[in-house]
Amino acid sequence: MSDFPALEAVGVSVQLDGRIVLDDVTLDVRPGEALALVGPNGAGKSTLLSVLSGERRPDGGSVVLGGRDIHAYAPGELAQRRSVLTQENALSFPFRVIEVITMGRAPWTASADLAADSAIIASAAMRADVEHLANRRFTGLSGGERARVSLARVLAQDTPIVFLDEPTAALDLRHQEDVLRLARDLAAEGKAVVIVVHDLSLAGAVADRIALLSAGRLVAVGTPAEVLTPERVSEVYGLRVRVVEIDGRPHIVPVR
Amino acid sequence: MNIAKERAGRRAVVGVALAVLLVVFILLSALLGQLPISPAEIVGSLLRGAGIPNDWAPEDPFVESTLWVIRFPRIVMAIVVGAALAAAGAVMQAIFGNPLAEPGVVGVSAGAALGAALAIALGLTMFGDYAIAVLAFGGGLLATLLVYFVSRANGRTEVVTLLLTGIAVNAFGGAGLAFVLFATSTANREQIVFWQLGSLNGTLWQEVAVVAVVAVVGVVVAVLLGHRYDLLALGERNARHLGLDVERLRLVSIVIVALLTGVGVAFVGIISFVGLVVPHIVRMILGPRHRALIATSAVGGAVLLLGADLLARTVVSGAELPIGMLTSLVGGPFFFFLLWRQRRRSGGWA
Repeated sequence: MSDFPALEAVGVSVQLDGRIVLDDVTLDVRPGEALALVGPNGAGKSTLLSVLSGERRPDGGSVVLGGRDIHAYAPGELAQRRSVLTQENALSFPFRVIEVITMGRAPWTASADLAADSAIIASAAMRADVEHLANRRFTGLSGGERARVSLARVLAQDTPIVFLDEPTAALDLRHQEDVLRLARDLAAEGKAVVIVVHDLSLAGAVADRIALLSAGRLVAVGTPAEVLTPERVSEVYGLRVRVVEIDGRPHIVPVR
Repeated sequence: MNIAKERAGRRAVVGVALAVLLVVFILLSALLGQLPISPAEIVGSLLRGAGIPNDWAPEDPFVESTLWVIRFPRIVMAIVVGAALAAAGAVMQAIFGNPLAEPGVVGVSAGAALGAALAIALGLTMFGDYAIAVLAFGGGLLATLLVYFVSRANGRTEVVTLLLTGIAVNAFGGAGLAFVLFATSTANREQIVFWQLGSLNGTLWQEVAVVAVVAVVGVVVAVLLGHRYDLLALGERNARHLGLDVERLRLVSIVIVALLTGVGVAFVGIISFVGLVVPHIVRMILGPRHRALIATSAVGGAVLLLGADLLARTVVSGAELPIGMLTSLVGGPFFFFLLWRQRRRSGGWA
């Protein structure tokens, strides 16, 4: 883990239709670390993710990547530095799974050699557990399978910063665990991983640090144990909860 | 990867089949017509044209001029226009992420028709012999841009909006055309109607040269952009995250489509559905990768239009059917088939 940030958001704010969606958020993303963005619906998690990934230009503040404003990068340059798993898994034409994963190499086609390319693609397919789907048509897959193929595509992009927007949403229990382990592995390899999750217990299990958002403001940042206290979660979510510690990781249980 | 091998094999088969068909159609087109010309004379004349003296070459100057002034330019025109229309269709479908997009469906042809009608009705002479072509091209370009900008919202283009915009532009173009027809003289009216039906009759070499240059440049650029169109299939956001400058690609592509379609329509009139049918069939056989798709569609479009022109010239003896009518006659039902198949598979596009 390194203290030198891979990416830094300084005083970021965003307005949509005159409504403040993000309000003065300052947050850094570090290499070798999994950072989870959590918060209730409408707290601004996805907006913050899109600002951090350079997709949305904030109305105030800035995002700095490697000493430069993120919007100073050409699209191709940026794509070599960060990859984004979105929740959009539609495909206009019936490409094969292997072709979709290969598209992840697009930012590198000018520089990479073919042998290394196919090794990266094969490893990405293996890690996302989609090797057996390689020759299937993407458009004929189930929602969970599509999500995993998209994940493989993002892995094939092989960037130092990886954004995952609700990567576990469409997945069954086993594949959820696989993805969480994968996110941890990526961080262990030295990548900076930013992950949006709804499930606080999942966030507690995967993240080195958690950023808790509420109504566009950053309420707390820190280790899962620091952020996920019963008082704070109860207040932010408007629901009384208990925090149970299992294997040193906090689990959130509503008081029923 | 076995898929890659299988695809390469299919590409080879399709390529050879299309090449054979193209040669057969070229020979038939040169052979058939009111003036009987033998295959030996055609080959001989071509060889002589290439600077190789031979015994087969026709003695009769009338045969020679029939080949070089009437039939050959017409053949080349059918090939380049067919290639341009089919490639334009493939590009249009790629940038709209939608297999239904076709220059004709979204109103480009209607814009071109209105432009041509205005040129004829007003007797414009500012571009000399090219007044009709220039205005048809301008009308097509305008309609393309209109449909593109109107049907996009928040950086996305929705199928329903796209088709509705197409309907609106078609309706407006049709109304404008109706007004021109109503207001102009009988002779002009006739000329406009026949222009609209589409014909390769009376093609001149100068016109062929203009269309050929645009077609070659347009198709080559489109093929080179093929990998980027592949990324676009992932949706705009994902494509952008992969480093694609989506807006620029869209704009360049729209210009390519307008050029390819506009230049074809300008000289031969309205020929619909080539851009819809050909890429669709090619995609079914070769898969959706755009490099192979666009290149193969161009050849397929050339074969289709040359075949259609052959049919148009020969199916009724002594008369010539409008080629645009012929392609729509085949393309219309095919369009229904696409809709039906899509509905059965996934309940439609909406």
